[in-house]
Formats: sequence, structure tokens, C-alpha cells
Amino acid sequence: MGLDIRLPIGMLFTVLGMLLTVFGFLSNPSLYAQSLGINVNLGWGMVLFCFGLFMLYLATRGRIHHTRLQQAKLKGKEPPC
Amino acid sequence: MGLSSIDWVIMAVYFAFVLGIGAALKRYMKTSTDFFLAGRSIPAWVCGLAFISANLGAQEVIGMGASGAKYGLATSHFYWIGAIPAMVFVGIFMMPFYYGSRARSVPEYLRLRFDEKTRGLNAISFALMTVFSSGISMYAMAKLIQILHVLDGPFRHLGIPQTWIFHTGIVVSALVVLSYIYLGGLTSAIYNEVLQFFLIVAGFAPLVWLGMKNVGGWSGLKASLDPSYTHSWVGMADPHTNRLGVEWFGLTMGLGFVLSFGYWCTDFLVIQRAMAADSMVSARRTPLIAAVPKILLPFLVILPGLIAIALPTQVAPPLATYQNTGRAVPLGRGLVPVKVDPTNNQPILDQHGNPQLDYDLAVPNLLLHYFPTGLLGLGLTALLASFMSGMAGNVTAFNTVWTHDIYEAYIRPNAGDSHYLMVGRLATVFGIALSIGAAYLTTRFNNIMDMLQLVFAFVNAPLFATFLLGMFWKRTTGHGAFFGLLSGTIAAAVHHGLTMPQGSVASIKGGWLAVVHIYPSEMAQNFWTAIFAWVICFVVTILVSLMTRAPDESHLVGLVYSLTKRVQKDDLPWYQKPVFLGGAVLVATVLLNVIFR
Repeated sequence: MGLDIRLPIGMLFTVLGMLLTVFGFLSNPSLYAQSLGINVNLGWGMVLFCFGLFMLYLATRGRIHHTRLQQAKLKGKEPPC
Repeated sequence: MGLSSIDWVIMAVYFAFVLGIGAALKRYMKTSTDFFLAGRSIPAWVCGLAFISANLGAQEVIGMGASGAKYGLATSHFYWIGAIPAMVFVGIFMMPFYYGSRARSVPEYLRLRFDEKTRGLNAISFALMTVFSSGISMYAMAKLIQILHVLDGPFRHLGIPQTWIFHTGIVVSALVVLSYIYLGGLTSAIYNEVLQFFLIVAGFAPLVWLGMKNVGGWSGLKASLDPSYTHSWVGMADPHTNRLGVEWFGLTMGLGFVLSFGYWCTDFLVIQRAMAADSMVSARRTPLIAAVPKILLPFLVILPGLIAIALPTQVAPPLATYQNTGRAVPLGRGLVPVKVDPTNNQPILDQHGNPQLDYDLAVPNLLLHYFPTGLLGLGLTALLASFMSGMAGNVTAFNTVWTHDIYEAYIRPNAGDSHYLMVGRLATVFGIALSIGAAYLTTRFNNIMDMLQLVFAFVNAPLFATFLLGMFWKRTTGHGAFFGLLSGTIAAAVHHGLTMPQGSVASIKGGWLAVVHIYPSEMAQNFWTAIFAWVICFVVTILVSLMTRAPDESHLVGLVYSLTKRVQKDDLPWYQKPVFLGGAVLVATVLLNVIFR
């Protein structure tokens, strides 16, 4: 199917991670009394952001690989590894 | 409970992506194969995640947390005994016939292998079951939104009566699922299931982390709970010495063999995800890839239940829907509140006069307990995602079975492909409308739904015997399969009618014919009902097959093990081969069973 699922996953988690990180950074520390004093928004937001970027990287790499494969097919050559 | 704008933004972003995926896939939906089978073009890892995600509905996330709080770590049997072996079996032994036969659905496989009547029986009961399951999912979601008071603030603000929250929950979830499946068919459902899988992990992993940190890790959890909560096998020799109330034989045969193989190996809801794979080897690897996260899911969904019960009991449970009544509220246990009868706001008592606990609130309460605004939005979105993935799985399975196995088979055969594509889209609308009906039926007559689920359990219990004989014994005939299934279902009903769980009265719980045996628990009764159904189906299928004319072997090539060429060699490295993957998954499962025995 034409759409690489890693692209929307990457985009969603980058956006969600960014939202949580920024919110965690700006929010009042008293908010985190219930989460054992840990600013979970900031910490987990950064984790999700990195995961999102990683998925975007995989999607981009997949796309480049796919384009190379197509070009190689057009030229009738073996695909580059 | 008040949500702040960041929580709403997180939810809105998620819904935008869900609908966006449907819209982006619309242009690829040209043929019925694109719509119903995702063009058979999905890579194995995507199918694998969708394979477990379609099953990771609300019943699982809320229900397994609830069971964790009620039964403890023994709930892991539903994964390590009740899922993994069957997933390995379907991937290695059965997928070659499902995928290789080019059947478009499980009922269609039954027609190819047996005959029209066996297919009809399976297609109709399956279609009904999916509609009702998705209706129950919808009902549970709307109920949860209501109980969590998520929408109370905005509704008050807009001047809309609070009673509309339930209806809004049903209509909005139905519309979202409808739009993305209508636009992008099975691909859209699969893609969204993968997205939902990651979201559920993202929402629940910090919950488990915070909870475990709070109770002092695994050793702290063990110290604060009775040992019966933290062992999965200790005490399984006798039904009275473990929390499940089942002995090891009933557990391994009933759950581990009959129910588990009956679900994972024959239920089109999950098999459809593997059938969408881009090649035979991907289809075989789908359930095996799915098994890897499945082994670890207990840590994500069962542990929260254990943590909720291990925490100090709250004086005022945060989720007490009855707290405004002014009556003295009996305490719950940990974060699990007492169950309250919604009609009179009185606590519901068990047969000994003690208040019953509302275990279904264990996980939602834990979310509210630990998550500050921000992460709370993410956690709630994960819960909503799980409801929708369960619903969408049922809807895509329904539209395929309806179109191929009911409409094309009995109503209008030989129409063009574009006609069936249109019927599939309409079936999505129609299926969701029926689910909404089922959801409201549940609100009106709770017992009807219990009864239907019971009937479905009777229909499903013997199924695996039919498939096992059909795939591995070429002499099995269509008459044998059909009458075997019927007698298995009848056997299940009769067994249920003649037995009862301890402490219950003759009712929907059993004993409605006469009481000849009393089981120590409802779970033991269910497992043994399944065992009886399976054995009767197995025996009757063999007997009837031997009495009827043997099928023509030339028609069975590609459908039966002994008449099918072995899967050709693939160029996968050894560690990616299905047999290696399956073996590794089984070894890991055995190890976990030993560690957490």
C-alpha cells in the first residue's frame, strides 16, 4: 500500500512528545505531587518525541530505499543493497 | 474530574491522525481486494501488531487489569497459556492453508474445504457475534466516559443535559470508526490498530513505572500482597488453593487448548490481519511477530490491577460515583471501590453479605491517581484508542464476512467487483448501525447480552475441533464437520444447563436443566463446558465422516496438510524463519512461567 505507516506514527509521536515536553517545561511543579514528585510530562514527553523522530527516520530511509529500488528496476539493474 | 486544555489538545491531535489516515488511504481503495484484504500488501510486522491490537480492545485493557486486581498474577495464564501456544500453532501449521487457499475469509475456507452449509453456519454466527461484540465495546466506552466524568465540564458549560454524555460517547465513537473504515477499508483499520498499539504502550508504560516505583518494585508488591496474588502456578493442583478456582487440568485443556486455539486459530477477526500480509511467509510470521509483544503485555495490563489493589485503601475513592449521596460509603480495597447498584446507589453485597468490589475501575482509578494533567490526556486517549481498535476489528471482519459469505453467497452472486466494493462500504455503515443498536440493547437488557455471549461461547467452543480435523485429516467430510459443530454446540449448552458454579442459583449462570455437578468457580465451569463441547464435536465429526462418502481428494489440494506441498524455501536468514521464531517465543513463555510460578 502506498502509505508507509511509519510516517503517521512518527508524526503523531513527534507532535505528542513535543506537546508534553513543552507543557512539562512550563507547568507548575506542584502539579507533580501525585506522580511522586516526578515531572512525568517532561520526561515521558522527551521519550515519545525521540521515538517519533526515530520512526520518521525509518520512514525516510524506507522511502529512499524504495526510490532506489524503483530506479534500479527501470534501468533493469540489480537493486543496490 | 477536570481535564485541562493540554489533555483536550492531545485527544484532538490523536483523532485528527486517525481520520487523516483514513482520508490518505481513500485513493488506494480501487478493488474489493484493496478494501477487504488490504490488497494483500501489508508487511509482516504491521500485520503482527494489528493482529494483537485488534484483540487489545477495552475488554482486554480494562478487563485484564480488573482480573489482575481480582485474581492476581494467575491472570497471566490468559496470555502465556491461553494465547502464545495457539499463536505459534496458527503461524506455523495453519496459516499455509488459510493464506495458500486464497480464501478471502475463514468461512470461505470452510466452504472450500467442506461445504456450503458449514460455511453458512460459521458465517452467520460470526457476523452476529462481531456486531454484538462491537456494540458491547461501544457501550463500555460510553459508560466509562460517563463514569470518569470526562465530559461533565464541557457539557455543563454548553448547557447540554448530562444524560446526553452517554449518547454522545456512542455516536462519536461510532462516527470515528465508521469514517476511517469507510474510507480506507481493512488497511485503514490495520494502520490505525498499529497506531493504537503504540499509543496504548505510550499511555500505560509510565503508569506501570510510577506504580511499581511507588509500591517498591516487584519485591515491594510481593510484600504488600497475599502470596496467592503474586504466583501463577503455585496452588494450581487444587481449585480451592488458587484464586482462579480452577485446577491445572481444566486450565491447560479448557483455556490453554480448547478456548485459546478456538479463538486464535479460527476467529476471522485476527486471521484477517494475517491474510492481509504481502506474502505467504509474512502471513506465517504475522502471529509469531504478534506473540513477542503479547508475551510482555501482562506487564502492561495485569500489573496495574495488582498495583491498584496493593496501594493503601483510599478513604474516599476518587471515582466514587455515589459519593454525593450522603450515605456512609463502605471502603473498597486499594484503589478499587465498592460496586454500587446504579438504580438505588446501594453497595452490592455478595452471598456472605460483604460488599463486592468494582474491579473494572482498577485501571481507570490508577490513571487518575498517578497521572497529572498532560499525561492524563495521553492515558485517556490510550483507553479510547483501545476501545476503538476493538470496535474496528469487529467491523472490518463483519463487512468482509457479510459481503463475501452472506451477500455474495446467498443474496447476489456473480455481480461485478465494484458492486461488492460498494456493498462492503455499505456493510460498514450497516454493521456500525447494528452495533449502536446492540449497545442500546445492552443498556436496556443487561441479561440479554449475557445470554448472547453465552450462546456465542457455545458456538465457538467446538470450532477448533472442526478446523483441526479439516486441515489434518483428509477423510473429514462436510456432513461430519456440520453435524460435529452442531452437536458440539448442543453439548456445550447441555453441559452448562446441568452444572453450576459454587454459591450460585439456577439461572443464566447454569443449572437451568438440572444440577448434576457443582464447579468451584464460574471459570472452572466455563473451561469444562469448552472441553465437553470440543470432545463431542471431535468424536461426532469423526463418526459422521466415516459414515459418509469420502471427499474427492483432488478438491482438497492446498486445503489439507497431507495433500499440500510443503511451503517452498524462502531466503530468510535463520533467525527470521517461522519455525525459529515460534520456538524462541515458546522458550521465552516457558521461562516466564517458571520465573513467575
